[in-house]
Amino acid sequence: MEFIVLLKQVPDLAEELEIDGSGRDLARDWLSYVTSEWDEYALEEALQLRDLAGGTVTCLALDTGSVDELLATSLARGADRVIKVGAFERPPDSHASAHAFAAALREVRHDLVLVGVQAIDDLDGQLGPLLAAELGLPHVSVVTHIAIGADGSTVTANQEYAGGVVAEFEVDLPAVLGVQTSREAPRYAPVSRVRQLMKTATIETLEAPADGVGGLVVESLAVPVASGHAEMIDGDAGAVASRIAEILAERGLVRTGAAS
Amino acid sequence: MRELPVVKVDGVLELEHAVVDGIDVSGSWNRMFTQRSITDYPTEAMDWVTGLDGGESMRDCYQCGKCVPVCPVNHVGDYGPRKLNVKVLRGNDLLDDPDLWLCTTCGACYRVCPKEVNPLRIMPAIREQAVLEGKIPDELSDTFQKLQRTGNPLGESPRKRADWTNEAGVDVPFIAEVDRPVDVLWYVSDYTSYHPRGKDAARAMARVLTALGVDYAILGAEERSDGDSARLAGESGLFELLAEQNIKTFSKYTFKRLVVMDPHAYNAFKNHYPRLGWQGEVLHYTQFLAPLVDRIAWRSRVELDVTYHDPCYLGRNNGEYDAPRTLLEAIPGIRLVEMPHTRANGYCCGGGGGGMWLDGFVADHVSERLSERRVREAVATVGTDGTGVLSVACPYEPSRFEDAVKSTGNDGRLVVRDIIELIDQAMQPPLS
Amino acid sequence: MSNDVFVLVEHRDGLVTEGTFEILGRARDLASQAGGQAVALLLSDAVGSLADQLGGTSILAVEDPVFAEFSPSAYHAALVPIVTERAPLLLLAPNSGVGMDVAGGLSGSVGLPLAAFATSITIDGGAPVVSCQLYAGKIEARVRFRDGRGICTVVAGAYPASAGRVAGSPAVEHVTPPPPDQRVRFRRLVRPEAGDVDITREGVLVSVGRGIGEQENIELVEALAAALGGVVSSSRPVADAGWLPRTRQVGKSGLRVKPKLYLALGISGAPEHLEGMRDAELIVAVNTDPRAPIFGVAHYGAVADILDVVPALTKRLG
Repeated sequence: MEFIVLLKQVPDLAEELEIDGSGRDLARDWLSYVTSEWDEYALEEALQLRDLAGGTVTCLALDTGSVDELLATSLARGADRVIKVGAFERPPDSHASAHAFAAALREVRHDLVLVGVQAIDDLDGQLGPLLAAELGLPHVSVVTHIAIGADGSTVTANQEYAGGVVAEFEVDLPAVLGVQTSREAPRYAPVSRVRQLMKTATIETLEAPADGVGGLVVESLAVPVASGHAEMIDGDAGAVASRIAEILAERGLVRTGAAS
Repeated sequence: MRELPVVKVDGVLELEHAVVDGIDVSGSWNRMFTQRSITDYPTEAMDWVTGLDGGESMRDCYQCGKCVPVCPVNHVGDYGPRKLNVKVLRGNDLLDDPDLWLCTTCGACYRVCPKEVNPLRIMPAIREQAVLEGKIPDELSDTFQKLQRTGNPLGESPRKRADWTNEAGVDVPFIAEVDRPVDVLWYVSDYTSYHPRGKDAARAMARVLTALGVDYAILGAEERSDGDSARLAGESGLFELLAEQNIKTFSKYTFKRLVVMDPHAYNAFKNHYPRLGWQGEVLHYTQFLAPLVDRIAWRSRVELDVTYHDPCYLGRNNGEYDAPRTLLEAIPGIRLVEMPHTRANGYCCGGGGGGMWLDGFVADHVSERLSERRVREAVATVGTDGTGVLSVACPYEPSRFEDAVKSTGNDGRLVVRDIIELIDQAMQPPLS
Repeated sequence: MSNDVFVLVEHRDGLVTEGTFEILGRARDLASQAGGQAVALLLSDAVGSLADQLGGTSILAVEDPVFAEFSPSAYHAALVPIVTERAPLLLLAPNSGVGMDVAGGLSGSVGLPLAAFATSITIDGGAPVVSCQLYAGKIEARVRFRDGRGICTVVAGAYPASAGRVAGSPAVEHVTPPPPDQRVRFRRLVRPEAGDVDITREGVLVSVGRGIGEQENIELVEALAAALGGVVSSSRPVADAGWLPRTRQVGKSGLRVKPKLYLALGISGAPEHLEGMRDAELIVAVNTDPRAPIFGVAHYGAVADILDVVPALTKRLG
C-alpha cells in the first residue's frame, strides 16, 4: 500500500514570538523551527501501518529552502522515500500548500494520505480538507485510530469529538486523513543516523505551482493583551499553601472539621 | 541449544611422581586440566559487544566479583558489571534489557577491576546500538530531542541561557562584547544557566570572580551543552553535533583557560574534544580558585558542619580530590567532616551517564534513589546535631540532593550548597 | 448573492451541540448588521425534532437517511451546491472535527476563503472582519476576506450559547438532496467507558497537568482532592499517558466543566484546555512558569512547584 505523509515546519513556541515591522507577519530572523507536532503523529502512524500491512511510506515537504533535515529525519525514522516539492520563498498558506501538494500527488501513487490534523499557523484552515477537495478525495479529520480494511480498499478511521465520544467511519481509498494522535509516541531518530542521511540520502524533487492563496487579507497581527490576570500569591510552598487554604475557607470550600 | 565452536575435551593430567628443583610435587600437586568447555552458551553476543568500538574489555572479565560491592546501583538493586558480563556470555546483547540503562558510569568498578573492564567505554558503545534500533526509554529520547532543538537538556530557550546574569549583582562580561583576548573563558553549563539552584551558584561565581579581579568572560547565548552525558547514554552523534557547535564558537575567541562549573563539561572538554579538533587548558572552577584562595578577603564566618560529596566526574574519573577541600578548609568557621564514602571511594548521586534523565525509568528497577542513600550518609555525618551542609561541586547535584532530602524526610537536618555558594557567603558581610 | 449568514448545525445523538448555539447567536447579530438573515444549515434523517430545538430560526434543511449521523463526504456533496448557489456573506461552523471537515471542504470546492480559529467576528463597512488565534493563542490575527465573503470556523466559548437559543417555531425550507457521496460511511458512535465519575457534575475539581512529572505523584493529588471532597481531573497529556481515565480529561476534546472550584496544578493553559474550564467559579492555578497562559484566566495564582504545594495544602486542610 502506498502511504503518503505531508510534513511542514512551524515556529518553535519555546521562543517568544514577535511581530515584524509591517505588523502583518512574525519577525522571522530569530525564529527557530520544529516539525509540526501533528505531522509527527501522521508520520508515526504511517510507519506503524506500513510495518503491519506492508507497502511504502513516502514523505513530501514543500521546499522552503530548509527542509532537508526534516526529510532526512523522516528517513532516519524509517520512511522509504522523500520528496521536496516546488520552491517557496516564504512558508505558503494552507490553500497554496494544498494546491502544490495536489499537483505533486498527481505524479505519485497514493492510497492513503496522512497529514497532521492541524498546525499552529493554520490561519486559512487545515491542509487535509483543502487537499482532499483539490484531489476529489474523501477526507476525515481529528482521526485518533486507523485500521486498514481486510481487502485493502478501505480503512476504518475514528473521528474524535468532545467528551471523548468517537465516531467510527469506513472510508474508501484513496483518501486523506487528518491525524490527531498516533498509537505510539513518534519514534526517536538518532542524530548520527540523521547526519549520515543528510550526506548520503537521495531527496527527490517535484515541481509544483507556487501560486494559489487563501484569499485572506491580513490586516494585522498582535500579541493578545491578557484581559485579566490572576492575583498572584508570593512566598515559598508553605506560604502559598496557607494562603490558598485561607482563600478556600473564605469561600466556604473547606469541609467542616478540617484544621485551618 | 546450538553447536559450539569450542572443542569439548575434559581430561586431567597428573604425574604420579614428580620432583622439581628438589621439591616434591608428586600426584595432586602437579594436577592440570586440559582445555574444556565452561560455557554452553552461544558466543555471538559477546563477540558482538567486543566488536563494538569501546566494547573490547568486556571479554576480559573473569567474574572475580570485586566490582559488585562497590557498585552503587548494586546497593539499591541487583547489579554490577559482573552481572552484565554474565548476561552477555549467556547470549543477551542487552539491547532489550532495562539493565542497560541503570549504570551511571561512576567508575567505582573500573577502579577496582583487576582486568580493567571499562563500563565507561562499554556502556556508551552498547547504548549507541540500542539508540540506533530505537530501543531507548522515552524519558531519555525526550531529553535528546530537547538537546537537539535547544542546545540544553531542559528544553529552555537558548536565547535565555544568560538571563541569570540579570540578578547577579555584578556586571558579567560577554566575550563577544568584550572583543579582546581574556584570561578565562568561563563555561557556565546547562543546569547552572537554567535551573533555579544552578543560577544561585552562577551568580555566586560571578561575584567571586569579580571580587578577585579575574579577567573573565562568558559565551552567553552562544553556549551549547557539553553533551557528555548524552554521549554516555548512547548519542555520540548528538555529542558530536554539540561539540561542533561549541568548538566553532570557542575558535572565534582568544582565551588562555577554559573554566567550567560542571565536571561533565570538564570531562568532555579535557578528554573528548581534542579528538574532535579542540584542545586547551581546562580547569574545574575549584582547580582554578584553589591557588587563589589566599587572595580571598573573607568577611564573615560560616559556622557550619560541612561534608563534601566528590562528584564522580571530577573525583574518581578525573583525579581531582584536593582542590575542593582546599577551598572548603579555607572558609573561616567551616568544620569539614568526611563521609565514609569519600575521595576515590565516593558514592554516585545517580545523575551521571544519562541517569539525570532516567529517574522515572530507573525508579521502577531500584529500591531507592542513589541520591537518597547519599543524603542519608550525609545526614549521619553532619546532620544529627543541628543542620548540616552537604557541599557539592557539580550542577547536577543540588536538585538531586534537595529532592532526596525531602523524600527521605530529612528536611531541616541537611541543606545542599555548591562550594561556590559557601565561598560567596563568606565573602559577604555577615547578616546582622 | 445574499447578505445572509449561514450556520452549520452540528448535532449528535438527536441533540444540537452547544457550539452550534454559540455561533447561531452571533450569526443573528451579524446578519442583522449586514441586512440579511441568519440561516441554519441542517442535514438530518429527522429534521423535525432537531428543527424544534432551533426555535425561531430560519432553517435550510436536507432530509435523508444518509444524514442520520455526520459523514464528511455526505455533508460535502450536499452542501457544495447549496453554498455555491446561495452565496451567503458568511458561513460559520464550530471549530470541531465536524466544522473543520465541512468548512475546509467547502472552502476548497466552492472557492470561498476560510478564516480558522476565529474568536470574534464583526461587520465593518458591510464586510466581515475576523479575529483569529494563532500559535497556540500567542498571536491574534485580524483578517478580512479578499472579496468580502468567506467561511469561519469559530472556537468554542467565543460567544454565549444562551444568545443562540430563541423561542418560536422554525421556518424550514427543504432542499432536495443531491446524489449522496458515501465514500465515508458512518458505522457507530463509541462513548468512553462510564462507571467512573462524571466530572461535569462535581463541585470541586483538582486538575493535574504535565507538571505532575510522574504517574506516582498523582496520589499526592488524590489526597488533596479527598481532603477537599472533590475529584481529580486532568489535561490532555495526562490522559494520553494513561495516568488517568479519559473520562477525567478537561478541554476541547475532553469535557467542559463549570465547578465551584477548579485547581489547575502544573497545567500551562493551552487554548484547548482553557476551552474546557474557563467558566469555573473559582480558578486557582499553580505552575512553575510565570508566563503560563493559565494565569490569564485564573483568579488566583502562584509560581511554585506543585510537588511542594500539594502536600503542604493537603496538610493544612486536615
